[in-house]
Amino acid sequence: MTLLEINDLTVNFYTEDGVVTAVDDLSYRIESGETFGVVGESGAGKSVTALSLMRLIEDPGRIESGEILFKGEDLLEMSEAEIRSVRGNEIAMIFQDAQTALNPVYSVGEQISEAIRHHLNYSDAEARDRTIQLLDRVGIPDAESRYDDYPHEFSGGMQQRAVIAMALSCDPDLLIADEPTTALDVTTEAKILDQIQDLADEFDTAVQLITHDLGVVAKICERVMVMYAGRPVEKAPVEDLYYDPKHPYTVGLMSSIPRIGDERDRLQTIPGTMPDLVDVPPGCAFHPRCPYAEESCAQKQPPLVDPETGDAATAADDRAAACLEYTGDLEGELEFEVSVEGEDPLLEEGQDAR
Amino acid sequence: MSLRRFIAKRVLLIFPILFGVSVITFALVHITPGDPVDVVVALNPDISPAEEARLRARYGLNDPIWEQYLDWLVGVLQGDFGKVIATDRAVSTVIVERLPETIALGLFGWVFAVIIAVPAGIYAAVRKDELGDHVSRFLALSGISIPNFWLGLMLILVGALTLNLWPVLAPRTALYSPEMLWYLLLPGITIGTASASTLMRIMRSSMAEEMNKEYVTAARAKGLPERTVVLKHVLRNSLISVTTVAAFLTASIVSGSVVVEQVFGWPGLGRALISAVSNREIDLILGITLFIGVAIILANLVADILYAVLDPRIRYD
Amino acid sequence: MSTERGRIRVTGFDTDRVTERDDLSDWSEATTGGTESRWRRALRRFRHNRVAMLGVYVVAAMALLSFFARPVTIAGITVQPFSIAPYDPSTILYLEPGSTVGRYDPPTLAHPMGTDASGRDLFSRVLVGGRLSISIGFVVVGITATFGLAYGAVAGYYGGWVDEILMRFVDVIFAFPGLVLALVIVALLGGGYWPLVIAFSVPGWAGYARLIRGEILSVKENEYVLAAQALGARDRSVIFRHIVPNAMAPLIVQASLSIGTVVIGVAALGFLGLGFEPGTPEWGTMLDQTRETLIQGPGGSIPWWATVFPGGAIFLFVMAMNMIGDGVNDALDAQEVGNVGQGGGG
Ligand SMILES: Nc1ncnc2c1ncn2[C@@H]1O[C@H](COP(=O)(O)OP(=O)(O)OP(=O)(O)O)[C@@H](O)[C@H]1O
Ligand code: SF4
Ligand SMILES: [Mg+2]
Repeated sequence: MTLLEINDLTVNFYTEDGVVTAVDDLSYRIESGETFGVVGESGAGKSVTALSLMRLIEDPGRIESGEILFKGEDLLEMSEAEIRSVRGNEIAMIFQDAQTALNPVYSVGEQISEAIRHHLNYSDAEARDRTIQLLDRVGIPDAESRYDDYPHEFSGGMQQRAVIAMALSCDPDLLIADEPTTALDVTTEAKILDQIQDLADEFDTAVQLITHDLGVVAKICERVMVMYAGRPVEKAPVEDLYYDPKHPYTVGLMSSIPRIGDERDRLQTIPGTMPDLVDVPPGCAFHPRCPYAEESCAQKQPPLVDPETGDAATAADDRAAACLEYTGDLEGELEFEVSVEGEDPLLEEGQDAR
Repeated sequence: MSLRRFIAKRVLLIFPILFGVSVITFALVHITPGDPVDVVVALNPDISPAEEARLRARYGLNDPIWEQYLDWLVGVLQGDFGKVIATDRAVSTVIVERLPETIALGLFGWVFAVIIAVPAGIYAAVRKDELGDHVSRFLALSGISIPNFWLGLMLILVGALTLNLWPVLAPRTALYSPEMLWYLLLPGITIGTASASTLMRIMRSSMAEEMNKEYVTAARAKGLPERTVVLKHVLRNSLISVTTVAAFLTASIVSGSVVVEQVFGWPGLGRALISAVSNREIDLILGITLFIGVAIILANLVADILYAVLDPRIRYD
Repeated sequence: MSTERGRIRVTGFDTDRVTERDDLSDWSEATTGGTESRWRRALRRFRHNRVAMLGVYVVAAMALLSFFARPVTIAGITVQPFSIAPYDPSTILYLEPGSTVGRYDPPTLAHPMGTDASGRDLFSRVLVGGRLSISIGFVVVGITATFGLAYGAVAGYYGGWVDEILMRFVDVIFAFPGLVLALVIVALLGGGYWPLVIAFSVPGWAGYARLIRGEILSVKENEYVLAAQALGARDRSVIFRHIVPNAMAPLIVQASLSIGTVVIGVAALGFLGLGFEPGTPEWGTMLDQTRETLIQGPGGSIPWWATVFPGGAIFLFVMAMNMIGDGVNDALDAQEVGNVGQGGGG
């Protein structure tokens, strides 16, 4: 069943330097219970997309157009009161930086139980009990006595766990995890990811996992969307994305993953940086950094199409890419190749992901 | 470090400042030429030089300056601030007599400031860049720009002389009586306007700053009503800085009282200071200035402690 | 996990092609507007701030009017011959032969702001009356900002016991409301232009010192300062070449908001009868005279003009000055300066 369907979403920020189109004509869908990955470098518009889903875009930003169908209802058409009963209750968010997402002057426990009291009408004592259970469930030792601690008394990893507990507090159907592990060290990162996965299974929650790390995506996602400069450039089931990437940007991201124990090849990073969205390059926004770019790339904006047929892609399509190669406008070839050495990593990792 | 130790340390720290304050006050008055005996002599030309010398000796004005300071300091520590030469009354008596008047006025002004500023600041921050925000910011800017003595004169001109709602000078009834509240209104507003405006501006900017923080988005993402987000999450954070600023406003209210008491003929400490200055009553100037200094040091100490108590993040070091 | 990732190998993604080829379009990262310097950007923002620009015009107009109101002579030489004000501000008009002017005449065409207790033309007095307070305001802010900058820079840069002692002294200054300290100093030195400058400079510098010290403590940790030190730059050159320019923004904001405070303070001392000789055409001193008449009310009629106009002039000037200060603050993106204690002049 389709839980969430986003069609043609566009979000602008009206800044002093000009209009920033942070999300440009974006469409995708998430099925109930699945884990959907959103990948892209810093500034790609991932967080803005996430906030749009909860209608939390603030001045100077505005959701210009599109629809966000959650369980068939358009969130953008809802009244303030209706959307509030969705926020935190049916759709919940794990923020990018737990330290700033927690209010420094209230105890961690209070910040979790206030949502429980609000949405589930629990009494103070019931909400407290449930909060302690949740804190315990996300792996905070001695949860009962940590209830009254302030955020600054928690370590970074514990703050992140507390934020996860907060997001899960009302059994949401969709959990948006915005780079939940970027602020953490590698070991904690692995533990937290495992935990999100377990909890999502246990509560049968769909997850939209935002990250800039393709390795994380490979580990826990089923389908992936790659974003560049506010636009989707490739959508694919995770195996296809890995073994048969279609977009040069995806390939660039893959070749910049550090290879531990592999000294044959120097680390290939994509040259340059993501453009400032006030002034996006003409044509294909990726062309200044793309090794295969030609004259036409600077003139024609590639539409998102099915790479096999070249037909325009819709939210229902599982496979799509936005490169002139697939509309027949590119003279040269995309000469990259992906080879697999040794046994299949995705089978091992992917198996226990499901 | 515990809160208690932090407070103890802050309390100890005020002693060097108190010492500095006493030295400066004393030095200021004694470095300049002329002393109270000169004034007495100028007023009664028939005082003989011998009498003059006797007076100087009696008040210790011939001793070296550090000795005079020590004498004075020892006296101060025993509650003896010296004498008002013209009336032969103890300085401490004058201060004790005038203090309640100033406290009543200052307290009224302070409460007025807080009552106006906190809601106005919240309102302006929530309605940022809307008409209400512009209007209240304009009023606040006027409030910090208007000279308090002129505001007082204008209030007398309108409230007392044109509308005849108040007498020009408050009658001398018991200070802490209900009708006194009415007479306190004009001087209280005059003294509180600048503080109210300052506080409102700080309230607004700190609320607006807090509103941009991620914990506010997180609170909204929980589905809490906007009222709860603002009045519970944002307000509690901005009150930390606002409370300390409110305590710091004591200095502004004290200097306000000097001027406002003069405008309204209010018999407080500020007025006593001005007449002491014009009569060169050194002990009285010293006493009042020192008193003001100590009061402000204590208010700032309270501000620091409040900050530490209100902000759970503070590391007491 | 990482080693397993390494088993997928990408070939043919040749990034050198990007760096070696010519640009395909006019677009380049530099065109994104991030290059404008902080000060240029601030200036542009300030110019677009209509309220702040209104403040600039009002301040400029009032300063010029008071300067050109009556001729200025320095040591017998007239350096400024213009005379906008219709009357000499200290001439008692009803003593002039054939004059019909009395004391406290209400506003008329000939005397748009009426006359004062001694039958002097109020309009001329209000025009000239800004000279003292406005110029004292600017002079005091110049002196205190410079001294406070140096003081705070030394304390913040050296730190340790130097900082400890210097800042304790600042604490002592902060224990007195500025106006009270100024009042005591004026009482001791007597009134007049330079005594007032001293009286407001003595308490005024401490705020800048504290501000600059704080800024410097945070700037000091910057790498380029550490680098300059490592290269053996002398203390003084490190302070003035590297640290001070970065701490300028909050200093400028504080200075522009302080001018109004000093102007009100000077007028307040004038009002208390301590700043200048009675009868001096100065806004505060003019109000001192009218207070008596308000309290008694001469013969039933109230000469409101003698109160409204001189005080209104102070208000207008300080308001305009604060509009500029707020504009500078917004333009420089500095934090809101508390500026506690205006209106009280402290
Ligand atoms: N409040 C805002 N005001 C102005 N522009 C904004 C604002 N929020 C986002 N943007 C614009 O939207 C773009 C995308 O931002 P977003 O936070 O979605 O990036 P992201 O993909 O989440 O990056 P990161 O990996 O760093 O979190 C930014 O580059 C910025 O230009
Ligand atoms: S359209 Fe051109 S520039 Fe864009 S990804 Fe494809 S080849 Fe590269
Ligand atoms: Mg983000």
